Amino acid sequence: MHADQGPTETAAPGFHRPPLVVRSLGVVPYEVALNRQRQLVKARQADETPDHLLLLEHPAVITIGVRGRAHPQHLLASRAELREVGIDVHDVARGGDVTYHGPGQIVGYPVVSLKPDRCDVRRYVTDLEEILIRTAASFGVEAGRVAGLTGVWVGNDKLAAIGVRVSRWVTSHGFALNVATDLDHFRFIVPCGLEGRGVTSLERLLGTPLSQTEVEAAVASEFASVFGRRVV
Amino acid sequence: MPTDVLMPQMGESIAEGTIVRWVKQVGDSVERDEPLFEISTDKVDAEIPAPVAGVLAQIHAGVGETVPVNTVVAVIGTLGEVIAAEPARTEPVTPAAATPTDSGAPTLEPSPSPSASASRRLSPLVRRLLAEHGIDASRVSGTGDGGRVTRADVLAYVARRDTGAHDSDGPEATVPALGERTEPLGVMRRRIAERMVASRRTAAHVHTVFDVDFSRVAARRATGDGGTRTVGYLAHIAKAVCGALVAVPRVNASLDGDRVLHHGRVNLGIAVALEWGLIVPVIKAADAMSVEEIDVAITDLSTRARAKQLSPDDVDGGTFTVTNPGVFGSVFGLPIINQPQSAILCVGVIEKRPVVVDDVVVARLQSYLTLGFDHRLIDGAVADQFMANVRDTLEERSS
Repeated sequence: MHADQGPTETAAPGFHRPPLVVRSLGVVPYEVALNRQRQLVKARQADETPDHLLLLEHPAVITIGVRGRAHPQHLLASRAELREVGIDVHDVARGGDVTYHGPGQIVGYPVVSLKPDRCDVRRYVTDLEEILIRTAASFGVEAGRVAGLTGVWVGNDKLAAIGVRVSRWVTSHGFALNVATDLDHFRFIVPCGLEGRGVTSLERLLGTPLSQTEVEAAVASEFASVFGRRVV
Repeated sequence: MPTDVLMPQMGESIAEGTIVRWVKQVGDSVERDEPLFEISTDKVDAEIPAPVAGVLAQIHAGVGETVPVNTVVAVIGTLGEVIAAEPARTEPVTPAAATPTDSGAPTLEPSPSPSASASRRLSPLVRRLLAEHGIDASRVSGTGDGGRVTRADVLAYVARRDTGAHDSDGPEATVPALGERTEPLGVMRRRIAERMVASRRTAAHVHTVFDVDFSRVAARRATGDGGTRTVGYLAHIAKAVCGALVAVPRVNASLDGDRVLHHGRVNLGIAVALEWGLIVPVIKAADAMSVEEIDVAITDLSTRARAKQLSPDDVDGGTFTVTNPGVFGSVFGLPIINQPQSAILCVGVIEKRPVVVDDVVVARLQSYLTLGFDHRLIDGAVADQFMANVRDTLEERSS
């Protein structure tokens, strides 16, 4: 019988690391990013393109995942009210509940093939958490996991949200790290359907402004290191 | 041959998944690798592609249902059925054209009734579908030419029947008597029930029992033939079975409609009893393995089966099954064939029993091995030839 080699924990050195294309796209409307991801997922499934990490910012938008549709009470304002304050609402085909995206938040959409050695969705989520925890640490913020709750937390507050989709082991959607997010906008939702918990951002925790570019660079480098990829 | 679609294992520590959406509905045709359904585990949603092309024949787990990994969630009929269905439907139904095509194969109709003759002219495909689902042709109303029952009619009937059965799972109308309780039938239990009854209905089950002396196997185990590892009796039996399947390849074949499918390799299923049911992981290409390798594979598969860590691939593609109720003390069993295989070997308890050797009654380590076989494909002489081969290997007889 074919012996399962199991995933390699340590990244292969230099040359042997699979390539990772990192794209910093600036402010991108939600649907545009969604389309871009769809094309990339298709191309990645067909092995026509290497792994990608899209880093970007969305104009204010609330997205509702598959599970969120079952809990309409997690959206605390009507869609019309939200549009009035300039927040769009989207139903999306990813896991998770209700999420807010907006200026000051780094959104990461990894379109990565988990084949052959990382075919484990729980491990994938843990790896994303690890990247964000390391990124926060590189700016002096001690963040961590909360058992049973996906995402990255500082105390009782959520610093980064994760919601992922896998299709033939190619990933899409991803994470949202609050860098300088207007946390006031979170009042419209129960973040990720979790009541009684708050949200926070790197800037709030540090009390000083941060360069978005610098944080993106840290995310990209931690991503490459955790996934054993070589940024090209 | 219908293909089971299983709840995939999306990660090592993931034991179950929830159906979020069915992309395809019963009766829809699907391409291989086309999205079939979506599941959710933790915060991850996954789109699951169809393992084969064909027609989605049954859905066993509805939206919102959470089922263990490797549970059958749907069944896909093969592409062959789809292709075969097209000419059958467009073919003009004139008595002259229909009678010759039908006369060759056995028919299913219960009682001849002239008025129902049009609907009784069934294509081989439809006939097989009816047999597979255990449906009496007269219960399905035909929408084809002249009231002929088409494949779509049968699938629609099955869908209605399955939904109906599901509805009746609801609250109990009767009050249970004192001490009684009811529990809903789990997905795995329901699936086992269906498969067992379907196998009984499909195959012509016959059983043959051989009394086998295990002294030689015991001696080999005692002398540490397998190196540092003491190879289990089951692995020795599995190894002997592989040899016999190669020697008597008809036992390693499947009946596929009106053809015999000879399997090139031996993919040996090993029935594993679980607290919550039964699963048959498969040792792929077992005929190419040593007894030690088989032993390692059995341990690995049964351990992972009990830990709910089998991947869909682990339970797929078996060509023959070994079941071992002897570990529970059973003297011999009369097993039901694991479709679409043609035979199954059942191992009874291995224990010392009095036997006659050279006109003297002695105590010998014996076990009854039973072969359940499908008499549609395998005749008694072939089955016994196979069993004699297994026995001779285990007893190290040179016959």
